[in-house]
Parts: sequence; C-alpha cells; structure tokens
Amino acid sequence: MSYIEELNKRIERIEEGGKEKYHERNEEKGKLFVRKRLELLFDDGLNVEDSFFANCMDDSLPADGVVTGIGKINGQDVCVMANDSTVKAGSWGKRTVEKIIRIQETALKLEIPMLYLVDSAGARITDQIEMFPGRRGAGRIFHNQIKLSGRVPQVCLLFGPSAAGGAYIPAFCDIVVMVDGNASMYLGSPRMAEAVIGEKVTLEEMGGANMHCSVSGCGDVLVQSEEEALEYARAYLSYFPPNFREKPKLLESREVKYLEKGIADIIPKNQNAAFNMHDLINRIIDEDSFCEIKKKFAPELITGLARINGKSVGIIANQPRMKGGVLFPDSADKAAKFIQLCDAFNISLLFLADIPGFMIGTHVERAGIIRHGAKMLAAMSEATVPKISVIVRKAYGAGLYAMAGPAFEPDCCLALPTAQIAVMGPEAAVNAVYANKIAELPKEEQAKFVEEKQAEYKDDIDVYRLASEMIIDDVIDPNKLRDELAKRFEVYEAKQVTFTERKHGVYPV
Amino acid sequence: MKEVKANMAGNVWKITVSEGDKVDEDQDVVILESMKMEIPIASEYEGSVKELKVAEGDFVNEGDPLLVIDE
Repeated sequence: MSYIEELNKRIERIEEGGKEKYHERNEEKGKLFVRKRLELLFDDGLNVEDSFFANCMDDSLPADGVVTGIGKINGQDVCVMANDSTVKAGSWGKRTVEKIIRIQETALKLEIPMLYLVDSAGARITDQIEMFPGRRGAGRIFHNQIKLSGRVPQVCLLFGPSAAGGAYIPAFCDIVVMVDGNASMYLGSPRMAEAVIGEKVTLEEMGGANMHCSVSGCGDVLVQSEEEALEYARAYLSYFPPNFREKPKLLESREVKYLEKGIADIIPKNQNAAFNMHDLINRIIDEDSFCEIKKKFAPELITGLARINGKSVGIIANQPRMKGGVLFPDSADKAAKFIQLCDAFNISLLFLADIPGFMIGTHVERAGIIRHGAKMLAAMSEATVPKISVIVRKAYGAGLYAMAGPAFEPDCCLALPTAQIAVMGPEAAVNAVYANKIAELPKEEQAKFVEEKQAEYKDDIDVYRLASEMIIDDVIDPNKLRDELAKRFEVYEAKQVTFTERKHGVYPV
Repeated sequence: MKEVKANMAGNVWKITVSEGDKVDEDQDVVILESMKMEIPIASEYEGSVKELKVAEGDFVNEGDPLLVIDE
C-alpha cells in the first residue's frame, strides 16, 4: 500500500464515525450523522476541519467523537463543534475537550460566531484526570464560552442529551434550539435522582425539550426535526453581525404583509379587552421576517427578531392575549436576556407596550418579582442601541418603566392615540383614592360617582395632555406606525453612546 | 381526561361553554378577570366539556382546574 493509499484509507475510516449499529440506532430516533448535519448547516460544507486525526491511534474513537472546524453560513465564516454520538455516545475524552477549546480560541481570535451542535453523554469517566479538573479540562470550555459571550454570537443546537457539567454549554449560549423527543438537558439523570434523592421521574419530565422550552426557560426554540433546527440556526444568524464590533447586515427591504384590516381596526377600544399583539407586529415588520425566541416560555411577553425595511430589529412586546400582558418573574427574565442579546450585537430595540403592570400577590412576591423585574429594567436601561418605545394602549405603573418609558432614555417614546399612561388604571385609581367616600355613599349613588371620577381621571391622563407636557415625543396614526419606525430607526442608527464608566453594575441576577 | 387550568390568579368572570359542549383546541372556554384585565383561557385540547370545576365569580389561584375536557 502506498503512503497515499494509507492516508486515504485512514481518512475514510475516520469519516465513517462509529460502528454501523450506532448509526442505525441514531437513524431510528430520527437523528442525522454528525457530518450530514454539518453539510445541511453550511452553505457548502465544512470548509476547514481541525484535528481530524485526533486520537487516531485508537481505532474505536474516530476524531475523538467531535468534529470541529469552520464553514460558511449566509456567506459568513463561523466556527463549529459537533459531537458525534456514534462514537462512545459522543462522550468527552481528553482530545475531545482540547478540540472544543481550540475551536473556541479560534472563534475568539477571528471574532466570528461559534456554534455548538450538542449530542453527548458527558465525560468519559475513564479519562477523568485528563479531561476534567485541569487547566485545559472541560471547565475551560465554559470559561471560554463566558469570555466569548457578547463578543460573538454563540448558538447551541441540542440534538441529544447534554448531561451534568455538559449542560452548561447550552446555558452559556445566546440561544438554545432543542429537538423535541431527542434533546434533553439535566444535571442529574432520572436514574441518579432516584438513587440520590428518591425521586421517580421520566427523562422527558426531568429535562426534556418541551419542559425546558416552556417551563425552565433553559431552551429557547422547540423544533420537531434536526433539519428544522439547522434551518433555524441559519435564519437566526442572518439577523446578526459576526461580532460585537460590527452591525447586522442590511437585507433587501420587503413590503409588510398585506392584511385587510389596519392597526387602527385591530386595537380594541376597551383597554381591558384582550387582543393578539402578533396581529400588530405583523403589520409593522417586513413580511415573514419574524424569528420568535422563547415562544412557549412566558408567552405574556413576546420577544423576537424581525426586519423593518431590511434592518434587524429586536421586538419586546406585551401580549394582552396571554395573562393580560402582565409581567411575571419569568417574563421579566425573558426580556432581560433578550435585550442583552440585541444590545450586545448592535440590534436596535423596539418596545411595544400594552401592559397593566407587574403581577401582584403573595405568589409572585415569594418568587422575587421585584428582583426579577429589576433585571429587566437594568438590561433595558443599559442598552445603548437605538431604542424606541411605542405605547400601544395602557402602560401602567412600573410597566411603563420596564417597557423603556421616557425616563430610561429611549431615543423616542411614541404613543398611539389609544395610549393610556398612568400609575394605575382608572378603576384601580378611583378605588384607591375614593374607597372610603364610595363606602359612605348610598348604594344607588355609588355607580354614578365612580363613573364620574373615572371620567375625570381619564381626562387627567389624556394622551394629548402627555404630549403637551412633552412626556411622549409624538402621537402617531397607528396605520402609519411602520413608516414612522423605519424612518426613526434609520436616523438613530448613527447613535454612539457609552452607558457609564465602571467595571460592571451590581444588579440582581 | 384533561384539565384546563387557570394560568394566573383572578376571578372567574365568564364561562363561555357548558357541560357537554364540544370544544376545539385553542378555543376560549373561560375568561378570568385579573389585574383589571380580561384574561381569556383557551383549551389546550379538543374534546367535550365533562365537568365545570368553577362558577362565575369564584376566585382561582394559578394552576387551579377550571374545567375537565373529555378527549
């Protein structure tokens, strides 16, 4: 055999991955082979591969169970690490960890996005001294992720388990896409939970994709297949620049979707009635440009990336259709992370406010709603990207503040004619001020008195009065909102602001 | 049998279905009143209403069952 032949034979062997039976087992679960995933992920395949021969002296560990390298997505180079679950269930040995660390270092050096295609059983216990505790042990992967965070976009696609320490890879990514049925994340497996704390639970309940995307908030996007996950990653990255120094690419502007009713027709006159905020979002963004994040988690607040005249915009919108659009600890948390994500990568922010306030009651106080709400306020306040606040209907109490109200230096605070800004709504306010008086009145006079006082109160918080006091910057015809936003975002693009000088803030976490 | 639950604390303002009614997935079945807002609660399941667990005017906590759906 010539040396070329030998080389080719070795290459072929490594490219095959693990044993045939593991490929079959993956196929049964609807899982693709790692190299197939990469083929689908990139414009034209993995362009540069690193340490292909890692651990090649051991025939049973091709590439040491992980593929690392660089390929193009939407024409942009990105770094990738992808576990091969046909090789010892994608577990991590010494070289696996070293490969991951090196590709992260490359991402840091080149300042290009870092993708993690995770499908791994975790550490190889037999190799623990080499891969766990040391300077270049697995801990360094997370250290690097933290260092990369906010410098380059980090995306996690979860195709299988991400167990124990490994579960911190998704935790430190900007976004986690989970494949329903196959993806899972947990510190201790159900078997371990039963042995150690006596809890009997299924894997799906403990750390399944659905649970994480709707309850824990550790997952962001639930998809039904690996192909869908890969497609999502490509679409998601199209909203981002390669790193924090650059701005997102301006794409060709698309018309807004044609819908018969205009915005003015879909907003109910009654402040207390529900409506679907998605109907408004669809009327201001480029058609089909909405990329929602955490759709199933805390749905009383909508967060997602969109385009207005081809320009990336991050939207934070109250959803009156769910829980009245009231903010809860989870929705405040969701907002804080999303705002940080957009601010880190120079994506302008649009707040659409229709909010009765933060939830009250013992349940949320015990859950620390003040602490969680503060996170949202801090993130929103610190964001230095172009920031527009639109008061769609009501914005009561701290709800106004959380949605980038005038005090938090939005570039402008616009109101629709339906806007109502106040410490609280007319019902609550009249009750708070006149409770004793109302009680003293004869029954038949009470309703009339309340009605009068509510009318007075509404006059007091009239939208034109607020415009006259220059509290809001403009009152906009709802049917012209998109054009107004497009114009303003373009103007504010030139904004150059440093929030304040210090090492870092000390806010609740 | 599946339960439709309250997603937040509040008062039951309107029940828009009766026992025996057929309901679709995502159909509003109860409207709560909380934080001065109308909070529509949709059934996550398709089926028929087996039992109403609450009456209009009742206070419910987050997670309390509102009605039972027979799939």
